Amino acid sequence: MSSPQNLFVPTTTKNNLARHNRSSKTDRADRLFRYLMYAASAVPIAILILMGWKMLEHALPAVKQFGLGFLVGREWNVPDLRFGALPLIYGTIGSSLIALIVAIPVGLAVAIVTSEDLLPQWLRSIIAFTIELIAAIPSVIFGLWGFYTLVPLLRPAEQFLHTKFGFIPLFSTEPSGFGLVTAGILLAIMILPTLAAVSREVLLVIPGYLRTGSMALGATRWETIFKVVLPRAFSGIVGGIMLALGRALGETMAVTMVIGNAATISASIFEPAYSIPSILANQFAEAQEDIHIGALAYLTLILFVLTLVVNIGAVGLVKLVERGEK
Amino acid sequence: MKNSETTNLTTPLSWIRNLGDRGMTVLAFGLTIIGMLPLISVLWNIVVKGFPGLTAVMFTKPIIDDGFANAIVGTLTMVAIASLLSIPIGIATGIYLAEYEPTSKINRSVRFLTTILTGVPSIVVGIFTYDIIVLVSKKLFDFSYSAVAGGISLAILMLPIITLTTEEVLKLVPNTFRLASSGLGGSRFQTISRIILPTALPAISTGVLLSIARATGETAPLLFTALFAQDWAENLFSPTGSLPVLIFNLYNDPDPVKNQLVWTASLFLLGIVLVVNLPARILASRGR
Repeated sequence: MSSPQNLFVPTTTKNNLARHNRSSKTDRADRLFRYLMYAASAVPIAILILMGWKMLEHALPAVKQFGLGFLVGREWNVPDLRFGALPLIYGTIGSSLIALIVAIPVGLAVAIVTSEDLLPQWLRSIIAFTIELIAAIPSVIFGLWGFYTLVPLLRPAEQFLHTKFGFIPLFSTEPSGFGLVTAGILLAIMILPTLAAVSREVLLVIPGYLRTGSMALGATRWETIFKVVLPRAFSGIVGGIMLALGRALGETMAVTMVIGNAATISASIFEPAYSIPSILANQFAEAQEDIHIGALAYLTLILFVLTLVVNIGAVGLVKLVERGEK
Repeated sequence: MKNSETTNLTTPLSWIRNLGDRGMTVLAFGLTIIGMLPLISVLWNIVVKGFPGLTAVMFTKPIIDDGFANAIVGTLTMVAIASLLSIPIGIATGIYLAEYEPTSKINRSVRFLTTILTGVPSIVVGIFTYDIIVLVSKKLFDFSYSAVAGGISLAILMLPIITLTTEEVLKLVPNTFRLASSGLGGSRFQTISRIILPTALPAISTGVLLSIARATGETAPLLFTALFAQDWAENLFSPTGSLPVLIFNLYNDPDPVKNQLVWTASLFLLGIVLVVNLPARILASRGR
């Protein structure tokens, strides 16, 4: 802002300051517009605060009644009105973890293939576009596909694992096709675009000199990827993984249609399970007894807090990465 | 390349490193192809199973008469209500985030909370809307489950998406535009409404379109807000059918006619979603 030729500095009188030449109408419009923008930005805050407050209000009686024992109660029995959250927490976290285990290698592969120069640019764009398109498909359609296509597809594979490796607890029960692992695989497909897109963004901003430097020292492409590129991208990728985990934890429709909807805990991944969003979708409208409604409100609170923690972690990590770049 | 005859300036990679490098490339391509298979399978299945059942009658009759016209109208109504509510508020919040003291504490907390709001599971949004709209309207007025409640729950889902994309887009407008406008004596309002918004409008509409597509396919928030109806909804304040809830409610129906209806409804829903998505995404990727 320094100009050496600034010979004449006008004295700032009311008249030569541009904004005082504006009509009062313009000024009023300006002020009104600003207030409108301020008011609008209060809406998302109000929604979130109201949401948290309402949830606490409904869940608190149940929290007082059940106490923390609810979190480890192993039984969810509607007719006998006995409620414990452990089978549902197990179903929610279990299916999400299976989803991550399946989706992380595939997501990273997609991110690497679409960010390295293994393929011509147009082909990379097509692959990235196709994977991102998965995110556009409504979850109820994934559920329908899971119910009619994925389940019959997985059943023989599960049967094979059960007969050959049934002695391993993970495969120890007779598979029906519906169960924890089916929900996990379906979730993996649904979170793949999130995982791939975030990882790709992170990989794309890694400075080129790191790659060329590593290759100049004699590393092969994949040695460069594993020893230089991925470690550098690590925190960003973990952020993407947490974002995907948040999606998986809250996913409702698709999971409800393939998880089997039975509130049991089993060492076997073939056994039907139940996740918190699914039980809310199935039972919330029909719950009659106060204790049942309270238990469901408690579950909603658990889900809310769980996703909140995961998402805040993800946002924090992504911020950390951004700061690191600057 | 007769290295062996002259002095070796380069040594070839040891076979194990060579194998590792090629093996990883093959593995990565394999996994990428596996990643794309489900999408192809989903599209293929829906088209093959949904297309044969497609009849003109479906677009004129309600579900009770083996059509899904009422579900289409219900979905469109609720998405329209959601858009009316969320687009102005979302864009305004985005403008606030990008144009008014973007580094202040309040601004940063608004951005943070909006980001958190995108992560709230859709079923939780549904229960929340049931709480504040359905229960309240039952107490105060004469209706409970309604298209209005459904629209509001969809609006809550769309709002943060619109806000964050608007902010991103506005940040990309070169700062020289702002400086030039205020240099010519434009007020903040004039700068934003005449210079910045017109510049950013194509990209903002892309974001808005994507959020509309997302809302069209949402099921979970509608379960306890709009509920479902097999027949035409009487008005905006009565239970309303929608395409996603139709699919969820009838997917396991033993009646083959209803089953066919589910597949055809899926095809139609997928069609709407992709028709909105494809141009928006292509535009967005070109803009990058």
